[in-house]
Amino acid sequence: MFNKITRRASKFAAVAAAGLLAMSVQAADPIRIGSFLSVTGPASFLGDPELKTLEMYVEKINNEGGVLGRQLELVHYDDAGNASKARNFASRLIRSDRVDIIVGGSTTGATMAAAPMVEQAQIPFISLAGAVVITTPVKKWVFKTPQSDRMAAERILNDMKSRGFTKVGLISGTGGFGSSGREQTLQVAKELGGIEIVADETYGGSDTDMTAQLTNIRGAEGVQTILNFGFGQGPAIVTRNYAQLGIELPFYQSHGVASDGFLDLAGSSAEGLRLPASPLLVPESLPASDPQKPVVEAYKSEYEAHWDAKVSTFGAYAYDGLMLAVEAIEKAGSTDKAAVRDALESIQGHVGVTGTFNMSADDHNGLKADSFRILEVQDGGWKLIN
Amino acid sequence: MFSEFLQYLFTGITIGATYALIALGFTLIYNASHVINFAQGEFLMIGGMATVSLTAMGVPMLLAIVLAVVLAGLLGIALQRLAIAPAKNADVVTLIIITIGASIFIRGLAQLVWGKQYHVMPNFSSDQPIEIFGAVLNSQSLWVLGVGAVLVAVLVYFFTRTLTGKAILATSMNKDAARLVGIRTQVVLMLAFMVSALLGSVAGIVVAPITFTSYDIGIILGLKGFVAAAIGGLGSGMGAVVGGLALGVVEAMAAGYLSSDYKDAVAFSMILLVLFFMPRGLFGAKIVERV
Amino acid sequence: MMARLSQFRLRGLVFLAIVVFALPLFLSNPFHYGLATQIALIAGAVVGLNLLVGFAGQISLGHAGFFGLGAYFSAIMTGTYGWSAIPALVVGAVVVAIIAWVVGRPILRLKGHYLSMATLAVGFIIAIILNNEREITGGPDGMPVPPFDVFGWELSAFGQYSLFGMDISGDLAWYLFAGVVLLVAVWLAQNLIDSPIGRALRSVHGSEVAASVVGVNTAKYKSLVFVISAVYASVMGALYGHFQGFITPSVASFDFSILLITMVVLGGMGSTIGVIIGAVVLELLPQVLADFQEMEMVLFGLILMLTMIFMPKGLLPTAANFLTKRRSKSAGGDA
Repeated sequence: MFNKITRRASKFAAVAAAGLLAMSVQAADPIRIGSFLSVTGPASFLGDPELKTLEMYVEKINNEGGVLGRQLELVHYDDAGNASKARNFASRLIRSDRVDIIVGGSTTGATMAAAPMVEQAQIPFISLAGAVVITTPVKKWVFKTPQSDRMAAERILNDMKSRGFTKVGLISGTGGFGSSGREQTLQVAKELGGIEIVADETYGGSDTDMTAQLTNIRGAEGVQTILNFGFGQGPAIVTRNYAQLGIELPFYQSHGVASDGFLDLAGSSAEGLRLPASPLLVPESLPASDPQKPVVEAYKSEYEAHWDAKVSTFGAYAYDGLMLAVEAIEKAGSTDKAAVRDALESIQGHVGVTGTFNMSADDHNGLKADSFRILEVQDGGWKLIN
Repeated sequence: MFSEFLQYLFTGITIGATYALIALGFTLIYNASHVINFAQGEFLMIGGMATVSLTAMGVPMLLAIVLAVVLAGLLGIALQRLAIAPAKNADVVTLIIITIGASIFIRGLAQLVWGKQYHVMPNFSSDQPIEIFGAVLNSQSLWVLGVGAVLVAVLVYFFTRTLTGKAILATSMNKDAARLVGIRTQVVLMLAFMVSALLGSVAGIVVAPITFTSYDIGIILGLKGFVAAAIGGLGSGMGAVVGGLALGVVEAMAAGYLSSDYKDAVAFSMILLVLFFMPRGLFGAKIVERV
Repeated sequence: MMARLSQFRLRGLVFLAIVVFALPLFLSNPFHYGLATQIALIAGAVVGLNLLVGFAGQISLGHAGFFGLGAYFSAIMTGTYGWSAIPALVVGAVVVAIIAWVVGRPILRLKGHYLSMATLAVGFIIAIILNNEREITGGPDGMPVPPFDVFGWELSAFGQYSLFGMDISGDLAWYLFAGVVLLVAVWLAQNLIDSPIGRALRSVHGSEVAASVVGVNTAKYKSLVFVISAVYASVMGALYGHFQGFITPSVASFDFSILLITMVVLGGMGSTIGVIIGAVVLELLPQVLADFQEMEMVLFGLILMLTMIFMPKGLLPTAANFLTKRRSKSAGGDA
């Protein structure tokens, strides 16, 4: 823990020194990348690794010569999970800091609040939030890197069906991610047919015990499997309660807990659960022929070495966002916003950590449901199933 | 049917015991100084987080707990000396805002020192849940209830049998009179805050294996503790305990039998009902106002 | 004494008007206009809260609930049902007034911290409902709000308008609109304070028992000010929604309620202009501290504590005291 303090202190000193240095060196105009993230507050589980990733890779890219011969400059603000603040900071980034592109918006609320401003200012914006509403209907200047929660629901429900389960008990968090995930799950179940949600419980973001809800689900008529949609410590508590209650039903989590940090919290009670995730957690299981393998392995080892913390799926969204931005700028050959946007929209076959992106005019996400792999927890570690 | 009811009850009592301990902390400070300490939840957080980080550094568990509790106690004294005392005769609302500022400050420090992740603390005893009539109880819950009961007993003894305890009560009833009788009110106030902080941190430590711990865990728990204290009647220790347990049980029952979406709303409605029929809470003292 | 007070009040209003209309000369960045607009609308809500807290002495820890209700009512009526903005705002205010009256009567019988507790509960219940009813409110992810419109003419932060032949951006137009709304809000509040109702309120604050002994119907007046402050919040909330173009349940959250109360106390309870200053400071502080990244929370808490410890009466009253002391010193006051 003290390492963190010394690291922060030295980062402070480094920033101060760099500031002095920058004043004395006549540098070429930097490319300004703006970001507003939920670094503190209820969504810090998302924003914290996202910021760490952005900071780390902007530094790395700069050390390797920058983009188009210019250095990258990251301007970032913390919206603390508040959509109103996010809108303000987006405004500040666009009008005050005059950034060239925005990679940010940890939550759907923050992204949607800032979207009208982005559209009016005509600046490309790569969101790190997952709700399907962000890119459907397509907004000209808004893109996103996470797969939508709808895709996660599709992947999970299909896996359940393939194992012969038709009655599902659902428990979700009442925050944005959980609530939107719940809605998509209910919808997808209806559309798929042959699978039914027989119990629907929720828990609050700061709740500390979900045995009541799980007891209800266990008692539901004919329930065969349980799905928990949420992120943060809530799902870990659900998982522990589930083990405590001795529930034997197969257990699914959402991609919200795709991180080793979750395994630390849930401990042995996570054994046997399945979830959809990017291959970030199981790079060793990828065949050598998989184009994602080198990218994923590099991100995982670099992040964990730099920050002495476990990788998370959310940090990977930021990584992909930044890399897509860089590729678009290089493709466009300038930071002209319209050119970068066009370049972004035409990116094909970009191999990222979350998946391989194929953008188009009606798909500003670029991923399909199969970018999700199904993982299972075995012996306290992740195992690639599908 | 019965096992379900029992399950909800166990859940409710466990979380209720936590609320009760936090509520006792509020009550203690309120009794001594008529201040509502919105930073109470942070003592909880310090207890849990300090223990976790100390054990991560290799300190043995028991020593880590002792150190964490001491740290919280010092923080309580610091809060009283540096934030409350200088404000002297400020308005009640002003004091509340000061404690809110203190809670933000403490949380900010915690976030700087310990980061934003959630941390796990192992159960004190076994990980095996205990089965009773078809419902399960986490062994840690027994610790929470046990430690809680011991703390309540210690407090009761402290306030009724020891001179220091009585001095605190005297100060709360009438500061000037207490001073006239030779009670050093400044020391008493510091003591009240310190004891309250100790209480909060112990609660945080004993509950951490169930709830996980992180820098912002104090916010909601602190708030619920305040709610419990108010239902029970501010200033009444018995009220704090009953209020806390009642709040926890109502929440769990609402989640189980009504709607998990609205369980908090049900709990808050219950509070309104209680206050409607008993405007001073369940055990609140009748206050005589000087006109 | 009364004449002097109203003199102060008029000066305050004029001063505010000058600030509002002169500010555009110093600002040019639309981001600043946006921030100023937001501050003006929140300040309007705080002026209303001040009537309750500062003058009637009743502490409300759930006021953001009314703000949120106003915002969502307008958002839903104009968005989902196609109403025009002004009818939605007015009807919303009436609905909130009714709710505040119904809820207020039993709650206001409580004293001190029990009252705060009850208002806290009400605020939470409202926030929970807004968060859970996804079909109507969009849930925790929020919902978009159509621009404010007056008889078909739209006021949007993204539009272009012309006033007296000058080109005015949507941001500036909104800022002027919000500024005028704030001035009206302050003027109404001051008139209320100077009226018999205001005097009754102050007597209740001073000593409720004494007031009722003298024949003041304390329950009625407390209810009245509760409803008025709720209406203030509702109207400002509605406008806030239209301005931002998007709202989430956080506009009704406990955090926001605490922020509103802090603005009142920080600026100076009972001082209408003071609480506006409180709003300005607490909205600008995060922007200023944003550059401090990780230290933001620590610094914010520290500043809050120190300000309240050393200026317990609030910013404006302390400053006013300081100035009057100086004046009396230089005039050779006694000992």
